[in-house]
Formats: sequence, structure tokens, C-alpha cells
Amino acid sequence: MTEKKEYRGSIHQQQKDLMLAWYEQLDHAAITGDPPTVSMMISGNCVELLEGFGAVPIYPEVNALQLAIRHQSLDPILAAEDLGYAADNCAYVKADIGCILKGITPTGGRLPTPTLILCNFVGCNTYLKWFEHLAKLQQAPLYVIDVPFMRADEPSRSDVDYVVKQLQETVKTLEQLTGRKFDHDRFRQAVECSSRSEELWSQIKHLARRSPSPFDAYFDAITLMGPLYVYRGKPEGVEFFEVALAELQAKVDAGQGVYEKEHFRVVMEGPPPYPYFRTFRDMFAKWQACAVASTYSTVGGLWEFGFRHDPENPFESVAMHMIAQNVTNRNYLQRYEQIRRYVEEWNADGVIIHFVKSCRLFSAGQGDMRDYFAKQLGVPTLYIESDLEDPRYFAEAQTRNRIDAFFESLEHAKATLSTRV
Amino acid sequence: MAEFERTFDICAGLDFPSVREWKQAHPESKAIAYFPVYAPVELIHAAGMLPVGLSGAGDQLDIQHADARFGSFICSIVKTTLEMGLTGHLEPFDGFLFSTICDSARNLCFVMKRNFPAMYVDFLHLPHNPSSPAAAQFLTEEYRRVLSEFERLGNCKVSDDALRSSIRLYNRSRALIRGLYELRRQNPEKVPTSELYQLVRAGTFLPVEEHITQLERVLAEVASRSPKKRDSIRIVVEGSFCEQPPLPLIRLIEEAGCYVVDDDFVIGQSWFDADLPTDGDPVPALATSYLDHSVYSSVRHDLRKPRWDGLVEKVRRSKADAVLFLIAKFCEPAYFDYVPYKQELERAGIPHLQLEFEEKSFTFDRLRTEIETFVESLVFD
Ligand code: SF4
Ligand code: SF4
Repeated sequence: MTEKKEYRGSIHQQQKDLMLAWYEQLDHAAITGDPPTVSMMISGNCVELLEGFGAVPIYPEVNALQLAIRHQSLDPILAAEDLGYAADNCAYVKADIGCILKGITPTGGRLPTPTLILCNFVGCNTYLKWFEHLAKLQQAPLYVIDVPFMRADEPSRSDVDYVVKQLQETVKTLEQLTGRKFDHDRFRQAVECSSRSEELWSQIKHLARRSPSPFDAYFDAITLMGPLYVYRGKPEGVEFFEVALAELQAKVDAGQGVYEKEHFRVVMEGPPPYPYFRTFRDMFAKWQACAVASTYSTVGGLWEFGFRHDPENPFESVAMHMIAQNVTNRNYLQRYEQIRRYVEEWNADGVIIHFVKSCRLFSAGQGDMRDYFAKQLGVPTLYIESDLEDPRYFAEAQTRNRIDAFFESLEHAKATLSTRV
Repeated sequence: MAEFERTFDICAGLDFPSVREWKQAHPESKAIAYFPVYAPVELIHAAGMLPVGLSGAGDQLDIQHADARFGSFICSIVKTTLEMGLTGHLEPFDGFLFSTICDSARNLCFVMKRNFPAMYVDFLHLPHNPSSPAAAQFLTEEYRRVLSEFERLGNCKVSDDALRSSIRLYNRSRALIRGLYELRRQNPEKVPTSELYQLVRAGTFLPVEEHITQLERVLAEVASRSPKKRDSIRIVVEGSFCEQPPLPLIRLIEEAGCYVVDDDFVIGQSWFDADLPTDGDPVPALATSYLDHSVYSSVRHDLRKPRWDGLVEKVRRSKADAVLFLIAKFCEPAYFDYVPYKQELERAGIPHLQLEFEEKSFTFDRLRTEIETFVESLVFD
């Protein structure tokens, strides 16, 4: 009953190679100071801008999640708690700070002290604290891009202008720090590449509307997300997503899904429990339940509803992406709407809300979200709690029981429905 | 100063009796509740409305609904605010204003919006990058946007003069509060913190004009006091900028042998370190004052001047012996800041103690012991 076919085409290897090459560049930068490096947040990142300097991003969140997936997050978390961080602070931050204190890196290679710590503040207030602390700890320069939160349906002219001006200030700061001139053409080319990667990524996401879905838009999407953040503005990124789309399209054409028989289609809300990633996945595989959409996979950018970077207006489109086109900077009700569209347009049977203790950005108010879906819209909704980085908060048996109970009742509902029909 | 206690009790009732009274006297006018920490009250006032601070429900409300909406690991004030809404206690208000203080409060704004669809619920984006030359322009536009919402709601047009007189009023109340804080720094025995706290907090409920009268009376009365000096240590309290500690806890701190010589209770009431300009264009004046003259707190970020330097400076200015971190449970901004604060205090050789509270706590035995031990360790040092 537990047969599962994770998406493991050639793309899987390519993804690994790309990510390793990225870490090698960082290792090189740590020794030689070249290329320049910029620490950034995943959410609404402006990686295109870095291309104008030939600079490479460092993503502390990626480091933290890698560590958790490999069951190595507890030690650094404890080291950070020794320093005074609270049990209830975001554990991503604690793991990252702990790693710096203890000299741990995701690959065992070196990580450079960033040329610039660039806090792209998109929604999460923890980002501000995290990067301030990093700057203090690493004695590196810090710049904050203050991105106005989505308090209306669309950003205002003044919101966009404000971000564009700060992007231009970032350019000046980087010119000073790197001693390099900003290469506008390269920037524009990066924006062009991004728009192509995004188009491909969006098409991939839309393939999950097919039944059976050729990939899991939560568990498999996470594999594809690394290249999306590091490489989308480069030709390698475009190429990667071309291959991914072709492979998945071939699966669709052959009628192949994630599971032999796709039993349930769900939408996932919230980040995954990385310390128990595999265990968690198996709990869904057992029921042949495929995630056809997820909000977590739109942290870096929300492209399935049509947004693309625009090489004709590179700065403005980078600003638009940071303000309006990533889940973290969109308001809570816009997230409800996003999930509602997934349920309807991706044809899902239910919503799984994963409350993550560390992350108030995602989790504060998820009980209200459940109320909205379950009571107001009548969508079967499951609410479970754990953490994305701290292994101490995963109650395995309890989580399994709740997932089992949820799918049992869904199955029951389906059976009653089909006998009625 | 029994008068404070009476005022405080009247104002702080769960059903906002002072707000209801005001609305009865001004049947055409609206009341806007703002979530702490900082709100541009001048804009609300200038539109003829009553700005009222939401500061949780203390221990007066049993949470029935909000726990299910907000779950574990979320601070109390977020839940009690929603609970008050869901149980009809916020009925005297016509709108709610939130701002960028933290992720929990931010999401609360939109949960309120869904649950009270007929209500005006807005979110103010306060810049986190005041060192950018673009921030002043942005904040000016943001204030203008919110002001136009108030005008729509209050069905009025706010003139520059009206706004300037609102600024003048709030300048006056903040100057009086600064005066009381200064007096307490010099003669803490004259201004007990539990009283000062209630007096300042009353200002979040009362019309500013009334509060000014109160502050003036108290300032005059306090100056003429000559109480006996106690043998207490001087401390700065840090970390209670949003959810407020229970009053008995503040009393307990004093009883345990501390003069609180500075604090960040109800910090929005003394948000500016100087008067705001009352000449020229008032909206940009408000914006630049926020950027250049607002006090530091854990929910305000400014690369030009780290908060930890602000804390050390505060300790020096008030000649305090130590810092007491009084942090609301699950308040992530305060938790985070504790680390750099602690590092800098240690570097400066300033002792500190960290304690956690919830607005609804009512037994303090453990906290009492910790504070007493801390005080003893300093006295016998
Ligand atoms: S609070 Fe959430 S979004 Fe913010 S850094 Fe932590 S995990 Fe990421
Ligand atoms: S107490 Fe802290 S966590 Fe709670 S709403 Fe206020 S700032 Fe946010």
C-alpha cells in the first residue's frame, strides 16, 4: 500500500549538480574573496540584481533547511539558545546562528563572510532581526530593503517607487563594496532569463492540475525550488526548467502520476517539517495523497497566476515581485484566496494546514484560516502542528493518527458520495 | 494618588466605558482603536475622531474563541484582542488600525478584517529602513493614504491647520509625560512607577485634552511631594512595549526594592524624543519625526542607531544600576532583541535579569523570588 514514486527523473541529478556548483562558488569566494557574495532571504529575493555584479547569493534559509533534513539542526539550535535565544524564537535563525558559532556548513565546505548582508524585508519581521544579528556577528555591512506590505489588493505607485529607489541604493552600496560597476545589460539579461524560467516553472505547476498529477507540488516542488532561487536569472536555470518541464510533460502524456492510483488531491499550507521530511511524506504516501499545490512553494515567488519579470522594466518588475508576487509579503486574506483558487482550479479534495511553531508569519491565525475553509467554504481541512527546523516538536504518532483520521473520513465521504451517485 | 487608580479603572474596563461616554457626547463622531505600539494619533484626532489604544484584556477575559483561531505559541494580547472583538467588547469602535510591529499582529489585522467585514480595518506600513532618503517620501504618502481613509470615515476634510493643532496637543501631552519621566529619573521616590504607569496608560483611552489636564495636575502635585527615600536600586525596565504586564507585577517590582527610573511601558505615549514641528506642511513633519525623532523599541528598526546602543544610553542617562527585561510570553521581537541587548549590557558591565509575564498572570511568587534575589545580589555586591 505504501508504494510511492517520487519524482526522480534526470532532473534530480541535475538539481544536485547545480546546487553543488553553487556551494563550490561560495567555497571559492571564502578563500579568494571572488565572486562577491550577498546574503539574502528566499522570500521575494532579488537575485537578478546580483547578476549585475556577477555576485552570488547566500541563502541562510537554504543552509538551515539542509541541516534539518540531515537531522543536524538540534546542536546549532542549542548553541544559539545558550547565547540567549528563546525556546520560542524562529529555529531557522537559531540554527543559522548556531552554525556560524560552531563553524558548521551544509556541505562541509567553507562559507564566505558576505560582501553585503541584504535584508530583503518582505513580510517576515524575523528577517530584520536575523540579518541584524548576522551583521553584528559577522561584522559585515547590512542594507535593508524595506518592502511595503500588501495592505491593499495592488501595490500603489508610491510603494513601487519606494522599493525601486532602495534597489538603486543597493546598487550604489554594492558598487562601493565590490569596486565593480553595475552592469545594466547583465541585469536586464538576468531579468529576461528569470521571466523565461518563471514561465516554465508556472507551466510545471499547472501540470499538477492534471489527474494524476505528475509530481507532488509540495514534497517534489521543494527539490525544484533550489534552482529557482539561485539560478532563475541564469541560462543554466532556464535550461534546467526546460528539462524539468519536458520530463514532467512526458509523464503526463504517458498518464503517469506520483502514485499508481492518485487517491487524494490536497493543497498544503505552511512550510514542511524538515527534520522529519521523509516520515511526513510517507504519512501522505500511505494514502496515495498527492499535493497538487502548496503555498510554501510560492515563498520565493508567485508565478502560477501570471506574473513574470519584465526586461523592459527591470527595476520596476523586481520591485513588483518583491512587493506583490510572493506569499510572504501578501496579506493573510490574499493567502486564503490563493488557497481557495488552488482548491478550485487544481481540483483538490482538501486542505492541510501545517502550523509551524517557529514561524508566526505563516502560522499566526491559521486557526482562523481553518475556520474559513472548513466552516465558510465547506472544504475538508486538517490542522496539524510541528516545526520546520526544531526536531523537538514533532509528535510522530499523533501526527500520523490525525492524518490517518483525516483521510479515512475523506474516503468515507467519497464512498458515500459514489453510492449516492 | 488614588485619583489615578479611579481613572485607570474607569478607562480600562473591558467595555471601554470612557469611549462609550465620549461617543454619547459626540454622537456624530467615530472612535478608532489602534493596536500598540505606535499609531499616528494626530491624524485620527484631526479627523474629529477619538484614538484609543488597544492594550489587551489583562486577566479580565476568559479566552473561549481566540485560542482556536490563533493556536499555541502566540502572545496573549493578540488573542485577547480578537476575543474582545468576537465577544462584542469592541463594539464602540468604528475602525481598527494596525501597523508593522510583528508577524502575529500583522496577521491579526487581516483576521479581524475577515471577522468584522463591515468595519474599517487598516494596516499602516512604518518604514524599517529610515536610513534611506526615500523613506520620508514613502511615509508621507502612507500617512496621507491613511488620513484620507479617516476623512472618508469621519466624513470631513482635514485642513493643515487642524492637523497642526492636533500635533500641538499631542506635543503637549508627550512633553508632560517626558517631564514626569524626567522627574522620576531625578526623584524616583516622588513618582512611583505603578502610579505613573496608570496615568500614562489612561492617556490611551481618554481624549488627549482631558489627559493633558490630568497630567498637568499630577505634575504640579508630584513636584511638591516630599516622601522618604527608600533604600532601593535603580533599574530600567525593557521589553514591555506592547503587551502590558499586570499592574500587581509592577507594584511587586517596586516593593522588592527597585526604583524604576526608566521603562518602555505604553511606549507609544512618549514615542518622540522632541516636539514635532508645528509650522510648515504637517504630514511630512509627522513622517520625518517618526524617522528621525522616535524612540527606539524592539519593533522599530534603524541601522543608523542600533537599539542596543539606545538601551545602554538609557541606562547611563538614568544612572540605573541594572536592567530588568520584562518580556511578554511569545513576544518574538522582544525575545530576539534580548540577545544583542544582553551582549551589549555585559560589555558595558551592566547587570540584568530576564523575566517573562503574561497579561493575564495573577500569581507572582516565582517572579518575586527572582527579583528579590537579583536585588540582593546587587545590594551586597
Ligand atoms: S519566521 Fe518564518 S518566514 Fe520568518 S525566517 Fe522564520 S521560518 Fe522564515
Ligand atoms: S506582544 Fe510582541 S508578539 Fe505580541 S503583538 Fe505585541 S509585539 Fe507582537
